[in-house]
Amino acid sequence: MSSNSFAYNEQSGGGEATELGQEATSTISPSGAFGLFSSDLKKNEDLKQMLESNKDSAKLDAMKRIVGIKKLVYVYLVRYAEEQQDLALLSISTFQRALKDPNQLIRASALRVLSSIRVPIIVPIMMLAIKEAAADLSPYVRKNAAHAIQKLYSLDPEQKEMLIEVIEKLLKDKSILVAGSVVMAFEEVCPDRIDLIHKNYRKLCNLLVDVEEWGQVVIIHMLTRYARTQFVSPWREDDGLEDNEKSFYDSDDEQKEKTDKRKKPYTMDPDHRLLIRNTKPLLQSRNAAVVMAVAQLYWHISPKSEAGIISKSLVRLLRSNREVQYIVLQNIATMSIQRKGMFEPYLKSFYVRSTDPTMIKTLKLEILTNLANEANISTLLREFQTYVKSQDKQFAAATIQTIGRCATNISEVTDTCLSGLVCLLSNRDEIVVAESVVVIKKLLQMQPAQHGEIIKHMAKLLDSITVPVARASILWLIGENCERVPKIAPDVLRKMAKSFTSEDDLVKLQILNLGAKLYLTNSKQTKLLTQYILNLGKYDQNYDIRDRTRFIRQLIVPNEKSGALSKYAKKIFLAQKPAPLLESPFKDRDHFQLGTLSHTLNAKAAGYLELSNWPEVAPDPSVRNVEVIDLAKEWTPAGKAKNENPTKKFYSESEEEEDSSDSSSDSGSESGSESGEEDEEGDSSEDSSEDSSSEPESESGHQSDTENRRAAKRNSKTKGKGDSKDGKKENEKSKTSDSSNAESSSVEESSSDSESESESESESESRKVTKEKEKKAKQDRNRLATDASLLDLDDFNPVSTPVALPTPALSPSLIADLEGLNLSTSSSVISVSTPVFVPMKTHVLLHRMSGKGLAAHYSFPRQPCIFGDKMVSVQITLNNTTDKKIENIHIREKKLPIGMQMHVFNPIESLEPEGSITVSMGIDFCDSTQTASFQLCTKDDCFSVNIQPPVGELLLPVAMSEKDFKKEQGMLTGMNETSATIITAPQNFPPSVILQKVINVANAGVVPSGQDNIHRFAAKTVHSGSLMLVTVELKEGSTAQLIINTEKTVIGSVLLRELKPVLSQG
Amino acid sequence: MSEVVSFKLSVRQSTGHSNCGVLTAFSAASASVRRGPGAESLTGPGLGKMIHSLFLINCSGDIFLEKHWKSVVSQSVCDYFFEAQEKAADVENVPPVISTPHHYLISIYRDKLFFVSVIQTEVPPLFVIEFLHRVADTFQDYFGECSEAAIKDNVVIVYELLEEMLDNGFPLATESNILKELIKPPTILRSVVNSITGSSNVGDTLPTGQLSNIPWRRAGVKYTNNEAYFDVVEEIDAIIDKSGSTVFAEIQGVIDACIKLSGMPDLSLSFMNPRLLDDVSFHPCIRFKRWESERVLSFIPPDGNFRLISYRVSSQNLVAIPVYVKHSISFKENSSCGRFDVTIGPKQNMGKTIEGVTVTVHMPKVVLNMNLTPTQGSYTFDPVTKVLTWDVGKITPQKLPSLKGLVNLQSGAPKPEENPSLNIQFKIQQLAISGLKVNRLDMYGEKYKPFKGVKYVTKAGKFQVRT
Repeated sequence: MSSNSFAYNEQSGGGEATELGQEATSTISPSGAFGLFSSDLKKNEDLKQMLESNKDSAKLDAMKRIVGIKKLVYVYLVRYAEEQQDLALLSISTFQRALKDPNQLIRASALRVLSSIRVPIIVPIMMLAIKEAAADLSPYVRKNAAHAIQKLYSLDPEQKEMLIEVIEKLLKDKSILVAGSVVMAFEEVCPDRIDLIHKNYRKLCNLLVDVEEWGQVVIIHMLTRYARTQFVSPWREDDGLEDNEKSFYDSDDEQKEKTDKRKKPYTMDPDHRLLIRNTKPLLQSRNAAVVMAVAQLYWHISPKSEAGIISKSLVRLLRSNREVQYIVLQNIATMSIQRKGMFEPYLKSFYVRSTDPTMIKTLKLEILTNLANEANISTLLREFQTYVKSQDKQFAAATIQTIGRCATNISEVTDTCLSGLVCLLSNRDEIVVAESVVVIKKLLQMQPAQHGEIIKHMAKLLDSITVPVARASILWLIGENCERVPKIAPDVLRKMAKSFTSEDDLVKLQILNLGAKLYLTNSKQTKLLTQYILNLGKYDQNYDIRDRTRFIRQLIVPNEKSGALSKYAKKIFLAQKPAPLLESPFKDRDHFQLGTLSHTLNAKAAGYLELSNWPEVAPDPSVRNVEVIDLAKEWTPAGKAKNENPTKKFYSESEEEEDSSDSSSDSGSESGSESGEEDEEGDSSEDSSEDSSSEPESESGHQSDTENRRAAKRNSKTKGKGDSKDGKKENEKSKTSDSSNAESSSVEESSSDSESESESESESESRKVTKEKEKKAKQDRNRLATDASLLDLDDFNPVSTPVALPTPALSPSLIADLEGLNLSTSSSVISVSTPVFVPMKTHVLLHRMSGKGLAAHYSFPRQPCIFGDKMVSVQITLNNTTDKKIENIHIREKKLPIGMQMHVFNPIESLEPEGSITVSMGIDFCDSTQTASFQLCTKDDCFSVNIQPPVGELLLPVAMSEKDFKKEQGMLTGMNETSATIITAPQNFPPSVILQKVINVANAGVVPSGQDNIHRFAAKTVHSGSLMLVTVELKEGSTAQLIINTEKTVIGSVLLRELKPVLSQG
Repeated sequence: MSEVVSFKLSVRQSTGHSNCGVLTAFSAASASVRRGPGAESLTGPGLGKMIHSLFLINCSGDIFLEKHWKSVVSQSVCDYFFEAQEKAADVENVPPVISTPHHYLISIYRDKLFFVSVIQTEVPPLFVIEFLHRVADTFQDYFGECSEAAIKDNVVIVYELLEEMLDNGFPLATESNILKELIKPPTILRSVVNSITGSSNVGDTLPTGQLSNIPWRRAGVKYTNNEAYFDVVEEIDAIIDKSGSTVFAEIQGVIDACIKLSGMPDLSLSFMNPRLLDDVSFHPCIRFKRWESERVLSFIPPDGNFRLISYRVSSQNLVAIPVYVKHSISFKENSSCGRFDVTIGPKQNMGKTIEGVTVTVHMPKVVLNMNLTPTQGSYTFDPVTKVLTWDVGKITPQKLPSLKGLVNLQSGAPKPEENPSLNIQFKIQQLAISGLKVNRLDMYGEKYKPFKGVKYVTKAGKFQVRT
């Protein structure tokens, strides 16, 4: 102890750390009660100075240091809280304060430590903290809240119900940071509450790829269990179709898949398909645990024909370290018993190397045995020959057993194997010989008739072989077949009688058996020998042998005392014995979920959750439906709708402010008319704080016919409502009514409507989420939408300013994403809005000095370009600063990067001295900030000039509602999101300033925001029309979070970089 | 039975004094601490933390470090591990998963150290194994090596790392880039500064990466020289049988990258022949969809060294085997000697030089000594482990290297059943044996021009010649 200078977390060191930490916190919040210690610590003196300094950078440094010090204290506290509860309690108030810290990292780690303090008194405080953190704006804090749930639950299981509420709330979280942690908490606290998953199922499937790897493992395991309870078995399919199916699943032609599937009686639930499809990319993960998780998912829930794709990935894992190999091989061993075909192509990957550890070797051997069939057995046997000679004798012995198993399983090679094994009997190594004897014994037992020769050969071996098991096996074999080798058997017994006393116990027992059997069949020759042996056995040291001797003597030697049994002695000893079954130790392991600890141990581990059998009839799939309606509703620009209809008030009140736009017109009116269901809906909407308006539908949607009925009502309702709204909707933009109609029509599908096609579709089919369906639904919707808008033509006044695009301006890949999401049949409409006016910035194109008097400036007027809709319009102002006319100004020699295009202005015939002219051109920058180079020529001269667009000019503003914005943002997470934290003084941030600053940089549209501290801007790129969503979120204190969501990550990050300095300027 | 008991006792003793006392504070407390509701709840359902505790054990069986993420588990749980180790005889054969009455032990063996984790409930074993390897990788990354000495020297950092990597037994921050923002790796200069100023190694920046959606990259990376280097390393796994024909061969490749680029570069790497890559696993930074549709690796790279992809070139393709071996190893019946003659030559080497050739042979146990003459390079024979190592060096086709001589056997013992197999190592620079070629590397999102470089190497992987 004393010799080690690095003792960590000792009492003394820890004590100091506590002081530091308290000091640090108290510096942050001067009201803190722990400031006492500060004076004598010099180090903290400068910390204080730094904090008080005017320089932002110094303040920042100080803050960072505090974070550092705090963390040390945290480590200490967590470790010792349980032992020194009183001391720990002192710190609680500090943490409570830290929970309100403007820095999300401090909030998070405060929660982390608070929840790690295992002191029962603070349970209520923890509960409160968790609840608050679960609603935190920072996903990182919410992630920590999910972790804290598990800790609190293990500290006080009484809190279960409350915690489930928090879990329920967090499950709805759309952040990829939270998903893994909350599912982990779910698995810990309430794995049986599968009902909590329904509404989040699709979201989890869709987020899965972006979740961090550890979370992926947990989610996949949970979803496997979920799928087994909610979907019907996909395994009933006709085997004949397997190949056929495989080929089209592999191709991405979903359309074809769909049509093909319809022919069959079994149709996979689209949600089931969604899970299988969305986990497939994860087979390529670098994390072995993720790959294994996906593999077991495919094994347990995918159609048998599709599980084949996992073998390649599992084989890949065999290159990994020995521990991974061990687990993976075990799982392959289990799989290969049931479905040989899966791993057969990879047979050679399981060939054993002499350098493999023995446990790996035996597992590989196991798999090779499972894979053996008529076609490959000869290759395998050749390979086994090498193994038998291995220096690793344990492995050689295992190989011999394997050969025995192959011999029994494949009748064609039984004789070959047997003769091979007999050859091994002359092996120099005793273990090999012994193992061969044992295996031969088993083989002969199965077909004893024709093998007299082998038995004779083995009888000879008794002279040389010493391994007890082998000797015992030979003796047993001779005894069993004593009538087939009548001459040899008594001779063997004679020899054995001689050596009886020096034999191993195991052998002695078999000598007794042999004696008894011979006595019964050939008593003339062996009576005396047997009695001699029985006498020897009577006085043996081992009681087992003495007992056996006594037993045998009573049974076979007739005397007056012997009972009725001795009559049956022959039947007892020489009964037909069933041949042993040589089977794999992995035979029945698949009743454990693959990839689990229980499977590895082949025993139920604590906390193992049984994988349920497929239900006979699928539970109502509409429980997952919620989100279809849910999201569809989010797309209605409800902010306006809310104000229109007083009947909706009830709903909007029950919602949290930020989600207020959830309430959509139809649900509102429905509640007004359907009084019977109102109560129920009201209740549920109250407890579900977010997405509330849509929840009731899910809950009441247990019976699909109810849903049908309601949908029908709603349908008629919508129309009626349309009329009633007439007068109020004057200001509503065209897209609004469009989408709200689209909205209602997506629900209408199942109901009786004018659309005959949608009528024919059953309720269940309206839930189909395969792409074909999606597309079709979209068409339906579009048609419906036009119909509806024809009917409701009076509803809106087309407003001239926003240019409604004829088609949704989503990039193709985004559409693909949407389809992948399968959440709904409608997509939001993006329309370009008018740019917010900002003073135009001009850039120098050609300075008058270098242009020989011709000066040119360019600017971006932020108008849609008239020359082409993929072009950015550029205004060029030309000035003649000379005293002569400049003639024929035109553009030549465009040197544009590939893909870029440019529409030049018409040549200017002449420009008067001191004259100025403004022309416009269009450049398609292909959504990049690459420079467009060209020559600006006059009659006499040519000047090379460049236009490089600021990234903000590559955008066009988009008008969208807050709800749409959130919805789109939800789809552009993961790689598509970049963010930065900006530090600046809060007084510099009235909304108008922020707005101005952002718009100055980027040509974006302002999204109306429900919260004062969050500003949202939406734009699309000019060339590809990809959305660019900018969020500026002001935090407490002096930080702001800047988030950009776009598919064009490059532009996104450039824009982020440009916005950062602008926003952080004082 | 008595053996086991005495063994346990000896372990206790050895951990008692030689256990370097790092954690006496921890371990002394450990026995008494199991109380409170936590201890009761251990048996209840759903109360498992994924990883409960971690013990690091060196080769001589000393537990030299322990870390608990929840209540403390007594060191004695490791006795079950020692028992299994005893049974396995060889370290390689210690089962990675051991079941004990109240816990499960999942262990990995890395660099002569055992990482033994204590689990209480059902968990996917690979999850734990993968995590433990990630821990070992992190140590390697931080201290240059993952050895007992390095861990003891940096014990404070080790604890800080473990604290950050696991929260309540669930992995929290395992990306090296995030960890390095949170906890600075040690340097000599810093440790001097720290000991003077008394400050810690805890990073003074906020780990912004942890909050972003690109958790593998730090924000605000700056370099004066912007460089991006890629190493395409391919290893040939092969089993060659006695007659020289190939039983099994496949190519396992990786692309390791060293990226030192400022800002947020967005790279895309394309290949001349991407179809070659049969089975690929990706670093999380790679956009899967781009690969699926265009066969282009598009990614925002982590900062520094990392493995971009690893791939397998399917065994269906013919694999060129760059070397051949002529061998004749024989042991005479009833005599105490044998002959050993091995010659190596180049074959299908695409005109490149084969370098760094080493031949390793595990000779049978009856071999006492070897008396050999190499025409090139040098050889060693370890009479204890019976391992013959012949360091050949470069192969020149004009004069093929060979190793010949006599083998001395233990007299009286039966001659070995099987000839030993030869494990061969070699290296070929500037060649990817599969023919994989990088086409181009493009960078978007940043304006500077980076230096770019691609290097190809082919090596022998598990390359075995049966004799």
